[in-house]
Amino acid sequence: MTIRTEPMTVNIGPQHPSTHGVFRLRVTFDGEEILQVEPIVGYLHRGTEKLAEERNYTQIVTLTDRLDYVSSMINNQAYCLAVEKLLGAEVPPRAKYLRTLTAELQRIASHLVGIGFILQDLGTLGTPLMYCFRSRERILDLFEMLCGARITVSYMRPGGVFFDAPTDFWPALDQFLKDFDTEFKEIEQLVLENEIVMVRTRGVSLLPLDLAINCSVSGPVLRASGLAWDWRKMEPYDAYDKVEFDVPTAINGDNYDRFWLRIQEIHQSVRIVEQCIRQIEPGPVRADVPLVLRPEPGAEAYGRVEASKGELAFYLVSDGGISPYRCKIRSPSLINLTVTEHLLVGYKLADMIVTLGSLDINMGEVDR
Amino acid sequence: MGLVHLAGPDLARQLEAAVADSVEEWNDDAVWVKTPSIAGVAEFLQADPVLDFQFLNSISAVDYIGYFEVVYHLTSFRQRHTATIKSKIPGRGESIVPSVYRVWRGADFQEREVWDLMGIRFDGHPNMKRIMLWEGFQGHPLRKDFL
Repeated sequence: MTIRTEPMTVNIGPQHPSTHGVFRLRVTFDGEEILQVEPIVGYLHRGTEKLAEERNYTQIVTLTDRLDYVSSMINNQAYCLAVEKLLGAEVPPRAKYLRTLTAELQRIASHLVGIGFILQDLGTLGTPLMYCFRSRERILDLFEMLCGARITVSYMRPGGVFFDAPTDFWPALDQFLKDFDTEFKEIEQLVLENEIVMVRTRGVSLLPLDLAINCSVSGPVLRASGLAWDWRKMEPYDAYDKVEFDVPTAINGDNYDRFWLRIQEIHQSVRIVEQCIRQIEPGPVRADVPLVLRPEPGAEAYGRVEASKGELAFYLVSDGGISPYRCKIRSPSLINLTVTEHLLVGYKLADMIVTLGSLDINMGEVDR
Repeated sequence: MGLVHLAGPDLARQLEAAVADSVEEWNDDAVWVKTPSIAGVAEFLQADPVLDFQFLNSISAVDYIGYFEVVYHLTSFRQRHTATIKSKIPGRGESIVPSVYRVWRGADFQEREVWDLMGIRFDGHPNMKRIMLWEGFQGHPLRKDFL
């Protein structure tokens, strides 16, 4: 005899530790199984695009820090590249290397948060996350040496970076890379072939490549589904054409692949940082651009980077004034959420939390 | 490396041939299409094997006071080229644009965001409601007359 059970609708969030910010999911369950999902966002909406219309081009850098606040260097970079495209400004080589270097350190920090939280969501409370945060903390210390801030860095400026690295930054960076080599090996040994991680994440929430492309998914989530598409390679900006690195991909597009891929990307980021240290040469770090920028009226630019979450882009339109006429932010976290329903329906409640972790969204960027 | 950006008379001619009376104007950066033919043009851009625009990077909307402009940034992974398609919507009332949701599902949240913040409705979108702001919010904040 079968017993009919009523489906039940539950709100997960907006205040819930596993949603990584103020994110809400309205989920309909049949027992443990998910029947229907609706992601509800907007709780952190601060109107960044409207605020940008009221500030001058240099001031907007501080707004970009507050988008994806675990990768603010890369946000700075995306915005500055868009402004430089708008102005046609050239950046000095040392500034290009400093940007590439800090952006890659930030990618390592962001991916460490990403993999740390997937493990946290799997139920390994505290320990692996703290292993990840131990290394991330060191990167934030390095940022503090560069610009006095750890999270909201505002380090880059249209035309270069705010300030050259202090002399004691370079030995500190070398020491970090040396320590990180052992620290990261430790994390890998703990988690990469961990049986619980394998059983819980393999074959769960598969994302086929054609669906990923159709849903405008980008970044590690797209590459985990099998497409080697990385804007750093395809449209090299700053110093990415001067350094060698690989674009790791996976095949299945399940939770394990998304998790595994971020670990591989950290290795590539370390490679890029090491090459930057070898190649960087003394010189100016900021082009001679005025403090108050006035691009041509009618000029527009779409500047994009491969951020830690995916394709981050700024679409700027100028009317000749000191602020952009329109500043649209293409947020990879929001657009990657398009596949939530596909990834979750048919799986269980416990997998839902892990799948969300494997998408690695950041609410500051989703809501803007 | 780097990607080729398709624009100008070449792309305009192809679009005009596929969807009759669809192109309004073009320059070196973008092609403007007439609003009612957006969905048809989108379908052609995705299905044509030479253009092959499988990936919709972003949908933006700009308020030029006399008219709105919707901007589609597109990429083809296989052909390694990009394109920008724009459309002008005259007037300041409740503007309506055909949805490209059926062509690119990535338009889902982006079209909702344009409706929410700029007040342009997308006809054919299955879930056309506000995304960032709450239902019942008055006005569309990214419009230039919203203070």
